[in-house]
Amino acid sequence: MSRLTLLFWQLMVAVVALSLWHILTTVPLFGRILLPPFFFSNPVDVASQIVKWFSSGVIWKHLMITLWESVLAFVIGSVGGVLVGFWFARQPRVAAVFDPYVKMVNALPRVVLAPIFTLWLGLGIWSKVALGVTLVFFIVFFNVYQGVKEVSQTVLDNGRMLGMSERQLTRHVYWPSALSWMFSSLHTAVGFAVVGAVVGEYLGSAAGLGYLIQQAEGVFDVAAVFAGMFVLSAFVILIDMVVTLVERRLLVWRPVAAEGRG
Amino acid sequence: MADTAEPVAVALDDATVAFRVAGNRVYTAVERASLSVAHGEFVAIVGPTGCGKSTLLNVAAGLLKPAAGSVKIFGQPLTGLNRDAGYLFQADALFPWKTAIDNVAIGLDIKGAPREQALQRAQGWLTSVGLGAFANRYPHMLSGGQRKRVGLAQVLIRDPKILLMDEPFGPLDAQTRQIMGNLLLELWNADRKAVLFVTHDLEEAIALADRVVIMSAGPSARIIGDWRVPLPRPRDISEVRMEKQFHELHREIWSVLKDEVMKGYAQSTLSAEVG
Repeated sequence: MSRLTLLFWQLMVAVVALSLWHILTTVPLFGRILLPPFFFSNPVDVASQIVKWFSSGVIWKHLMITLWESVLAFVIGSVGGVLVGFWFARQPRVAAVFDPYVKMVNALPRVVLAPIFTLWLGLGIWSKVALGVTLVFFIVFFNVYQGVKEVSQTVLDNGRMLGMSERQLTRHVYWPSALSWMFSSLHTAVGFAVVGAVVGEYLGSAAGLGYLIQQAEGVFDVAAVFAGMFVLSAFVILIDMVVTLVERRLLVWRPVAAEGRG
Repeated sequence: MADTAEPVAVALDDATVAFRVAGNRVYTAVERASLSVAHGEFVAIVGPTGCGKSTLLNVAAGLLKPAAGSVKIFGQPLTGLNRDAGYLFQADALFPWKTAIDNVAIGLDIKGAPREQALQRAQGWLTSVGLGAFANRYPHMLSGGQRKRVGLAQVLIRDPKILLMDEPFGPLDAQTRQIMGNLLLELWNADRKAVLFVTHDLEEAIALADRVVIMSAGPSARIIGDWRVPLPRPRDISEVRMEKQFHELHREIWSVLKDEVMKGYAQSTLSAEVG
């Protein structure tokens, strides 16, 4: 399939889905409207809500807050995950001692931590950042841990025979290997940072996309709920594109076929 | 060697290597192997699959400690890693996150050489292995033969006194192996390092080496034969194979090696059935 035909069919899916949605919510079929507009709204209302948000400029404040929370959660969670993952992988005894606790915390559904974070850190951005960090940290942590553990023995021996000290091995062998695994989990980690931010906002906040959706839901403004969802999806797609760009630059050394790892 | 004045680069004396395997049993890989490589000598070790050739090489490199016996490098007992040796591994050992030129330069980088100078010399070595135009490629963009060339440059740039090679051309196709063999001989001819070259290919061993050492089938592999190769140098790998002397020597060594290969084969099929 050529690029153009592919694009055509991709657009067709959107057109068909939106048309169906529009017809089922506005045109009576067999004497009645199949999807009650109160619960399903309709594409025109949703679109006009989005336009209104952007033309009045209210949305920017919420977008910036959510973006800021996601970025903070991602950066703090990644740095923590890399450092702890690296430390554990190089110190098997430490890893063995903490192993059951790591598993325990990771098994916990993170949403239940949200009320605690709100109590501790208030309704501002930091409770959302904390929630995002708990999600991002474990993804990065496990990947980096794996990355350091699975460094090829031959490459290590080669480094030693070339005269590397333990510190140089860390810098030239363990570290690049760990980072490559971290980058392979980048998309997932960024996604989880956004999830943490939005869920946190949804559960209690004064600003952000999650807050916007939660407020609309509170007054049964279904059009605004859908509008919030669409803005959120576009937001995540944009971030994902940025991540792809960063990844292409940083992982040039990796064969394309190996990209699915992680 | 009759000439005792010449320093011995690698001397294994009654080296025994054993591993602890599952169930606390001890598996003896190599038993009482004695081997010496003189300065400037090219020695090939040939033996059936799984006979412990690589184990012996790892002992000379200091990556493995023998359970008994001694290892001496230029007369000094070896403790820790062998700092005089460069090691070309059988498997891919390049750093995949470094370009070809950085892979070659790393040996100088970690010694603290100025970056500019390291890169310049690395470029020189890449040119001498025929990869001058591939400096900025990452290992995955190179073919298997090209990766081996980079590996060779990576080892040689440090100018080691001893070169240890573990079936370095094993995974390559027949033509590339010949080309790599000639390249190796050409580079070696420039300064004649002591070389310990492990292979399972007897023809390759005779074509390259000054001496061919044969190992018995494992476990408890021993050195069972030692032949001088009287072929004149410089040699061309593909032409030297046509010579009468080559065939005679090949027939002579093969008559000993054949039994071991059959034993090794029987053992590997047997252990596959058991395990």
